Amino acid sequence: MTDAADEHRITVTVNGEPHAVEVEPRLLLVHLLREGLRLTGTHIGCDTTNCGACTVLYDGTPVKSCTMLAVQADGHEITTVEGLGSLSELDPVQEGFTIEHGLQCGFCTPGMMLTAKALITNNPNPSEEDVRWGLSGNLCRCTGYQNIVKAVLWAAAKQHGHVAETNGQGTTVSGRT
Amino acid sequence: MSQALDEVKIGGLGSSRQRVEDARFIRGRGNYIDDLKLPGMLHMEILRSPLAHARIISIDTSAAWAIPGVRLVLTGEMAAQRNLAWMPTLSYDTQAVLATDKVRFQGQEVACVVADDPYIAKDACEAIVVEYEPLPVIVNPIQSLAPDAPLIRDDKEGQTDNVCYRWEVGDKQGTDRAFAQADHISRLKLHYPRSHPSPIECCGSVADYNAATGKLTVYMTTQAPHIIRAAVALVAELPEHMIRIVSPDLGGGFGNKVPVYPGYVCSILGSILTGKPVKWIEDNFGNLISTGFGRDMYLDSELALRKDGKILAVRFHADTDQGAFFSDAQPSKFKIGLVHSAFACYDIPVGHITARGAYTNKAPGGVAYRCSFRVTEAMFFQERMIQAAAADLGMDQAQFRRINLRRADDFPARTPFGFLVDSGQYHKCLQLGLDAIGYEDFKREQAQARSRGRRLGIGISTMTEPLGAGNSREYDILGIKMFDSAELRVHPTGKAILRTGAKTQGQGHETTWAQIVSHELGIPADDVIVEEGDTDTAPFGMGTYASRSTPVAGAAVSMVARKVRAKARKLAAHLLEVSEEDIEWELGRFYVRGAARRGVTIQECAMAAYTNMPDGMEPGLENNAYYDPPNLTWPFACYIATVEVDPETGVWDVLRVVAVDDCGVRINPMIVEGQIMGGLAEAYAMANMQFMTYDADGNMIGANYIDYLLPTAWETPGFELHEVVTPCPHHPIGAKGVGECAAVGGPAAFVNAVMNALEDTGVRNIDMPVLPDRVWQAIQTGRDVSGVPPVRQD
Repeated sequence: MTDAADEHRITVTVNGEPHAVEVEPRLLLVHLLREGLRLTGTHIGCDTTNCGACTVLYDGTPVKSCTMLAVQADGHEITTVEGLGSLSELDPVQEGFTIEHGLQCGFCTPGMMLTAKALITNNPNPSEEDVRWGLSGNLCRCTGYQNIVKAVLWAAAKQHGHVAETNGQGTTVSGRT
Repeated sequence: MSQALDEVKIGGLGSSRQRVEDARFIRGRGNYIDDLKLPGMLHMEILRSPLAHARIISIDTSAAWAIPGVRLVLTGEMAAQRNLAWMPTLSYDTQAVLATDKVRFQGQEVACVVADDPYIAKDACEAIVVEYEPLPVIVNPIQSLAPDAPLIRDDKEGQTDNVCYRWEVGDKQGTDRAFAQADHISRLKLHYPRSHPSPIECCGSVADYNAATGKLTVYMTTQAPHIIRAAVALVAELPEHMIRIVSPDLGGGFGNKVPVYPGYVCSILGSILTGKPVKWIEDNFGNLISTGFGRDMYLDSELALRKDGKILAVRFHADTDQGAFFSDAQPSKFKIGLVHSAFACYDIPVGHITARGAYTNKAPGGVAYRCSFRVTEAMFFQERMIQAAAADLGMDQAQFRRINLRRADDFPARTPFGFLVDSGQYHKCLQLGLDAIGYEDFKREQAQARSRGRRLGIGISTMTEPLGAGNSREYDILGIKMFDSAELRVHPTGKAILRTGAKTQGQGHETTWAQIVSHELGIPADDVIVEEGDTDTAPFGMGTYASRSTPVAGAAVSMVARKVRAKARKLAAHLLEVSEEDIEWELGRFYVRGAARRGVTIQECAMAAYTNMPDGMEPGLENNAYYDPPNLTWPFACYIATVEVDPETGVWDVLRVVAVDDCGVRINPMIVEGQIMGGLAEAYAMANMQFMTYDADGNMIGANYIDYLLPTAWETPGFELHEVVTPCPHHPIGAKGVGECAAVGGPAAFVNAVMNALEDTGVRNIDMPVLPDRVWQAIQTGRDVSGVPPVRQD
């Protein structure tokens, strides 16, 4: 990095833990998370705010951390995939993704799950259309989205204590027409 | 004694077992290339050419060297001193690592910087000053193959034109005779546009050359680590045992991560020169503008038809746009991949194909993008041609297929281009698809809608494709035969580790391979761990692409498990104190013939292999298997799409998509369906929006996700899946390849549906992607719409 004199001291809370760090003004939030804090679950896909692989929650709102500066996170709360559920206790979204086979290579998955988390927090009873629209800022190249949609609907149902009986074994949901 | 095991419960064949991989991926604990951090690691960035064709006059790197934190600035001239300015491709051509004389496509690698952090490396790239003298630019094969075209590959001795290969197959005279007897000849010309596999994770590597030991370890995004090791041994002139290639978790591949790219080579050279680990992480712009594209093929074909609908012969010519270097990744005997698998599902007596590759000032590639070596173009073309021919004859498109599809009792059969198709129930699949979509009802609905000015359309695509190269007699890459391998070790307590020469990129090998072991040995799948991608530990294999993993490596898993079972049988005979001939096997257990209660489990045999083996028996319970398939596998699929076209705007919406896949025996149905849906989404993408093109100056349109459109959850339609099972006659568990089927067969279903909606307009073809403006133009003019990149007219 360049001279320390250029650096800004910021305090950012990540997954509930406060961090006071010195950052270069141009440092991207995703690099602070991945390199500075070694939270490598947040991935970099396109650098252009299109793919959503780098999505994290910023005070609960999904943002693309590849086009946000670390200094903008000063005084704010960030949630990454590492803060979604714990190692032993999964978040319903994480459960839904594995039960409904909502991931293949896993690269888009953290961003997709965080977007989904915010979606079902704000809209606890989403329709399939709500989910498809809500996820439209996140790209996936493996799944064709159908199982991702099912995963999010599963997680929404789980939040209410209603778990869908289907578990990805040959069932299908219709798409937008 | 124990009861017979329930195979589905232990996670064997047919179990939709939840994926092992997910445990780390859903917690953000995957290990992708960019997650790797080694002590003292430096970072590399690449400077790319802004011009598509230019002579390099000078490169001034002094300002870059002056930036604090810069450790190395590499140019082509410096690479040339180490004989590394050029490298061989997987198709016997050469490709520039860093340009020395000229740049030949926009985005070509010109220099690279190694620095303490990636921000500094990017700053330093911007400080490099390159002076170029622009040269005439060629953006399509029509221009490239014209007699007076400027020579692109003047670096190649003896190269006097822009042709990079010629290839021919079939029976020209026989085909000509059949055409002479035809009642009708149908013709179609089309362009399958250039597309990019575009995994969300781009390419990258961490090269770590240890000067003390002389060992080079390269962590890199590769679908084929063993091929890379062999290539690095040849390029970098390092002994092969001192090279270790490790492919970590891959964020998708789709064929993009098969070739050797300059970035990998530069990171290796950077590590050798600096003595430190060097990380190169490609950005999305670099990935799209420079790495392996798919397709970009021009097809011109004719079908000879009898008036009753029987196809008498096929002939076609294909020109491929290879870009600046011929760096296809494909079997060496087949210069245009397996394009001659076109029409394999139809009973056509004779055919003839000619093909030609052209150099242009575009990025090199021609990779098997979710595709068994250009079968995507073959099947798209086949199904577009079938629909056009049916329309020409005034026949129903489903009936035209019924007349020409091979029948279930026709197998095995030789295609006019030499393939042996060995199994399938094509008519059954087609009928299942037609019933699912409600074909006759839809046609009535379509006619009613038409009378009210609405345009509905239905498109069918039926195809079989060759998946799972080898056999080794016919298939090799750079001379290395296309077999694959597996190695299985069963530990004393009956738990096991399996390694293969394949490399998963999302297909779920860690889950599926364990299920095959479970099927063969009765060991619960949860007791088998699977490892791939490390050339120091995995047996030699050709990697994962072209849907070859289950057909080849998956077969090797079966075979190695059977070898292990054969040894376990000897141990069982010893433990049960009977002769081996008196031992019977049921899943997970050997027992004495006629005394089923006297038995030992596979786990007991495993323990005995280490604690209680008979005199003279080698201890341990492990083996390996190299599998050379006797034939390719031939899955069949029927995809049907219905659409509505808005004639005012040219926008078309998908109403329904029905997919019938017969990929033989399904190991994990959940994973198979996931693969099919992923393929269908790519098919829709290809038909609707996803392409990269070039302007007349060679500027790539599509080097970012703003110009290169990938469908989101919002645009992507829902899919209705159906299944038929015709076991593969030669695969040990009857499985066939499946990963790419829907991406290969799917695009034609969508395009045929749109063309069906426009059938009364006289328009025969709109090149993909079938963009609204192209549809609108076709409706307005009543003429075909081409997607060929434009040529400068001044």
